[in-house]
Amino acid sequence: MSFLQGIAASSGIAIAKAYRLVEPDLSFEKKTVEDAAAEINRFQAALSTSKQELDAIREKANKELGADKAAIFEAHLLVLSDPELIAPIEDKINTESVNAEVALKETTDMFINMFESMDNEYMQERAADIRDVTKRVLSHLLGVHLANPSMISEEVVVVAEDLTPSDTAQLNRQFVKGFTTDIGGRTSHSAIMARSLEIPAVVGTKKVTQEISNGDLVIVDGLKGEIHINPTPEVVESYKKVAAEYEEQKAEWAKLVNEKTVSSDGVHVELAANIGTPNDLEGVTSNGGEAVGLYRTEFLYMGRDQLPTEDEQFESYKAVLEGMKGKPVVVRTLDIGGDKELPYLELPKEMNPFLGFRAIRLCLEETGIFRTQLRALLRASSYGNLKIMFPMIATLNEFRAAKALLEEEKANLTAEGVTVADKIELGIMVEIPSTAVLADQFAKEVDFFSIGTNDLIQYTMAADRMNERVSYLYQPYNPSILRLVKMVIDAAHKEGKWAGMCGEMAGDETAIPLLLGLGLDEFSMSATSILKARSQILSLSKKEMEELAEKALQMSTTEEVMEAVKAAAKLS
Amino acid sequence: MVEKQFKVIADTGIHARPATLLVQAASKFDSEINLEFKEKKVNLKSIMGVMSLGIGQGADIKIIAEGSDETEAINGLEETLKKEGLAE
Repeated sequence: MSFLQGIAASSGIAIAKAYRLVEPDLSFEKKTVEDAAAEINRFQAALSTSKQELDAIREKANKELGADKAAIFEAHLLVLSDPELIAPIEDKINTESVNAEVALKETTDMFINMFESMDNEYMQERAADIRDVTKRVLSHLLGVHLANPSMISEEVVVVAEDLTPSDTAQLNRQFVKGFTTDIGGRTSHSAIMARSLEIPAVVGTKKVTQEISNGDLVIVDGLKGEIHINPTPEVVESYKKVAAEYEEQKAEWAKLVNEKTVSSDGVHVELAANIGTPNDLEGVTSNGGEAVGLYRTEFLYMGRDQLPTEDEQFESYKAVLEGMKGKPVVVRTLDIGGDKELPYLELPKEMNPFLGFRAIRLCLEETGIFRTQLRALLRASSYGNLKIMFPMIATLNEFRAAKALLEEEKANLTAEGVTVADKIELGIMVEIPSTAVLADQFAKEVDFFSIGTNDLIQYTMAADRMNERVSYLYQPYNPSILRLVKMVIDAAHKEGKWAGMCGEMAGDETAIPLLLGLGLDEFSMSATSILKARSQILSLSKKEMEELAEKALQMSTTEEVMEAVKAAAKLS
Repeated sequence: MVEKQFKVIADTGIHARPATLLVQAASKFDSEINLEFKEKKVNLKSIMGVMSLGIGQGADIKIIAEGSDETEAINGLEETLKKEGLAE
């Protein structure tokens, strides 16, 4: 048996056989064929098996992830039926007497080169599509197994270097019990996906694909971030117990779905969910979310070749607002730049993207993009309880400029006869230290604050959160961070406004007692963290947590704070 | 042979999803169907051909059909273009 430590990305325990989702060997030799007709038949057979596979994958994606996500497979299917691709391959087999592998590869390479040489990101992505389908046909010609996660028919733990959106689209939730990857962190795509699918996951293990073979027994401990490979029967037994206890715990939490989140001394706080697409709403409801505290709209803009239209955006916003049935929905306007790129905007590379042209800075310059989003939001506003917030606000003038654009579009829409909600609360993300420090001034003009801790911590500590060597500086409980959080909450309350938080910290069991004590009104987190947080808050006295927070603010290190929280909030 | 001119009105042009729809529609007919844009002509049943044209909003395109069901083909494609709000 062996053991690997990674990052706990999605909680729970999975015990199952490994299924490796890694590239197979697709190398082949050039051969001369005697019977060209038979070779063409062999090619046609591989083609038709590939189509059947893609058809099944598309069906599944359509059912589980929506027509949007299925469209890519539809395009793949069309490539396989493309007469301009198929005819030259068959020609080549006929005239050059080469094997189908060679004819396929040489022909598709020609197309790939053609698309790649076009100076256009979109066309280059089409080259990737062709490469993808070529691989599939090739695997059938060679009779090697191409990992088809959608075809998994027994319980497995998926082992991969990384999981791409199209990989996760194919995962069968019935059989995939957990997954583990070489790369990634808590906020990487695969981790977010795992939490929304509620599958235990450990990411960032560095070498899990090297250590695990197909069929090995694997334990994914998504609570501690551990991977056990071919464990002894004793270890398996003890994990079965842990898994059972965790299930019991979850069943206990599930009873709180319709409960209000009230501290033991009767103070209500709101537990909200962070979402990326309308598809995430189901998880919000099933986990008892009282609101959507952060709707990350950038997913609408990502994984495509051009900007989403006003109507497309409107449909998504409307779906979320209607789905929440009048409960608050805080929509964050486009936060692009930094680690989130949009190739089709063709923005120049920057030395320090996290300190550069991103989020509201980009929106205030590219006002066309921003206005389209604001119009879509305003049009959707009459379908529910919409609140809008602007990301990366550093100065009051930025907020005023963004607000002015919103007012203009509101006036335009009203003139066009479109119904817009009377009252739309307008807030900002507090993630830049200057804004936290000046929160008292901001509070006079905004309707609410939402503290974005992932960035606030990185900017306050001057430590890149993607850089592992400075990861020790990611200290949510550092008294410096707590003081900034307090300034923001106090400033809001002084003006009769509310303050929320939508970073990882809001759902963290060590942070929750402190945040409750500091007076935070709204906690927005992954939907799957809500019930656990509710259960914790029900057992905490707000008054005692106020005393704890008061003490923590006067401490000098993050370690001291953690010790104090453990003692006061009875954490294990 | 029948042919017909259209103006692309979809703000996304004939990319991705619209290209898929158009190729699927064309593939239902037996006739040879070509798409012409800026003096370039491609097989409308070929997804890669259609996408390689990079047709944007406002483009003038021509569809040419030749074969046993050429009239049905042109009419069918016109209906798809209009129903999906792609061209007029």
